Amino acid sequence: MAGEHRPGEPAVGERPVGDGPVGGPAVSEGAVGAGGDELVVVPLRHWGRWVGGAVILAVLGALGWALADAKIDYAAVPGFFTHDIMLRGLVNTVLLALAAQAGAIVLGVLIALLRRSANPVARWFAAGYVWLFRGLPVLLQILLWFNLALVFENISVFGLFEEKTNVLVTAFVAALLGLGLNESAYMAEIVRAGLNSVDHGQVEAAKAIGMTPATTLRRVVLPQAMRVIIPPTGNNFINMLKGTSMASVIGFLELIHAANNIASRNLQIMETLLAAAAWYMVVVSVASVGQHFLERHYGKGVAR
Amino acid sequence: MSLVRSVGVRKSFGSVEVLRGIDLSVEAGQVVCLLGPSGAGKSTFLRCVNHLETIDAGRIWVDGQAVGFTSRGGKLFELREREVARQRRGIGMVFQRFNLFPHRTAVENVAEGPVHVLRTPRRTALDEARALLDRVGLADKADSYPHQLSGGQQQRVAIARALAMKPKLMLFDEPTSALDPELVGEVLDVMADLARDGMTMIVVTHEIGFARQVADSVVFLVDGAVVETGPPDQVLDNPRQQRTQQFLAKVL
Ligand SMILES: Nc1ncnc2c1ncn2[C@@H]1O[C@H](COP(=O)(O)OP(=O)(O)OP(=O)(O)O)[C@@H](O)[C@H]1O
Ligand SMILES: [Mg+2]
Repeated sequence: MAGEHRPGEPAVGERPVGDGPVGGPAVSEGAVGAGGDELVVVPLRHWGRWVGGAVILAVLGALGWALADAKIDYAAVPGFFTHDIMLRGLVNTVLLALAAQAGAIVLGVLIALLRRSANPVARWFAAGYVWLFRGLPVLLQILLWFNLALVFENISVFGLFEEKTNVLVTAFVAALLGLGLNESAYMAEIVRAGLNSVDHGQVEAAKAIGMTPATTLRRVVLPQAMRVIIPPTGNNFINMLKGTSMASVIGFLELIHAANNIASRNLQIMETLLAAAAWYMVVVSVASVGQHFLERHYGKGVAR
Repeated sequence: MSLVRSVGVRKSFGSVEVLRGIDLSVEAGQVVCLLGPSGAGKSTFLRCVNHLETIDAGRIWVDGQAVGFTSRGGKLFELREREVARQRRGIGMVFQRFNLFPHRTAVENVAEGPVHVLRTPRRTALDEARALLDRVGLADKADSYPHQLSGGQQQRVAIARALAMKPKLMLFDEPTSALDPELVGEVLDVMADLARDGMTMIVVTHEIGFARQVADSVVFLVDGAVVETGPPDQVLDNPRQQRTQQFLAKVL
């Protein structure tokens, strides 16, 4: 700071260079345009930032102090974090989210392709599919699947296969269907946007070297569509990880259900919930890192 | 027999008839340049030859096969898309806007067809691709992505990509129109080399100099019909039709 001031000049009252010859004796007529090295340069001071920063730190400090003072037995949290039941809940949460997302991606690609089909019935079906499964709340869809046995006692596939509905549709299966089908409707729209983003010249170039439609899709169109598909899919997957918590209402042992389960024995509700919260943050962070690497892979050949 | 024979080809987009009965033959090893004003239907005709467009009437034969059909028991059966793909293998095409695959390097672009269409082993295909890039003067750019190449270099990669399928016919749709003037020469040189090596080529171009030097025959197209056809010195230097004269006066 000191270097910016001429000895003897007051710091107050200094102006930026552009303000003209008010800054003091340093600004003579000859100095302007002569490289400016004789002018006093005063960087803009961001007073607002200092004030804003201080306010934020103060609020955070108060919050931290309140939490430290709260009636929470923090020492118990690590124990719940690694509790057997909590770990089973974690595994189930991750398995359910992965299975539902994987199924949703496959179905989503199929529906997106139907949506672009030359067959009007296929297009109509795809639009209806998205309308239905995107429109209903996930929780409602999970409950509908879980209670399927009330209306269909048995499920049979053309007489080749028959089973009692409540044996087949376990809590896991109901949650998988509810979460996966809803997500597949969103995936269909994301994939459709991705496919539309690829220049038609790419398809023509692929045709011109004799590629079949399937190979063109796999080798040329989808890899380029990925750049558009991955960011919203990553976003949705993080939603999916948290959405698995809805399966707790039908008794599926995911993280929330595990936390409740543990808390029902020791009544340390906040502590177990915090342990579950920590796991969600871990899993979501891992997913974010995975998304970063996928984006880098499919960003090949794009000028930055 | 001609390698390419087009008989009475008609094509409409909606109510607009863009091709109005094109008759045209290209002998094996010949270079034919398609000339004509904008909107004449040059691109459309070229795209019909490898069935990127379906024709409404007439027939195009390439190497004795009706494009888009297979003949069985005296009847022509329309092919499905994956069978058309098989027909297209023998016909290379180069586009005005290059259309290289941006997510693959130059050598991968060239090897893409051999590996994923012809099922050539990857190693072999990559070796052949490098040899082809060498042939178009881009041996040192094999591992560059398209966006790292100039327009002229991209177009030469595109030519190598088409050649990798070992086509018997090459189609060029204004291959130098999107290039800066100083890059046009390097692409035309590669094409002239190809012609010298005996490749059969149909070239849509506004490069009259190229047509004069390389073409065996020039076809002048206006409003979806062939107005004049013949060897370049005749059509370009002593055009009989007034429409040709007017066009050449503008271009030259
Ligand atoms: N897919 C399409 N749908 C509708 N009209 C089309 C389509 N493709 C081409 N046309 C029309 O067909 C006519 C011929 O087009 P074409 O591209 O074959 O002309 P061209 O001779 O190649 O012209 P240019 O020198 O400008 O490239 C034009 O009037 C064009 O607008
Ligand atoms: Mg054109």
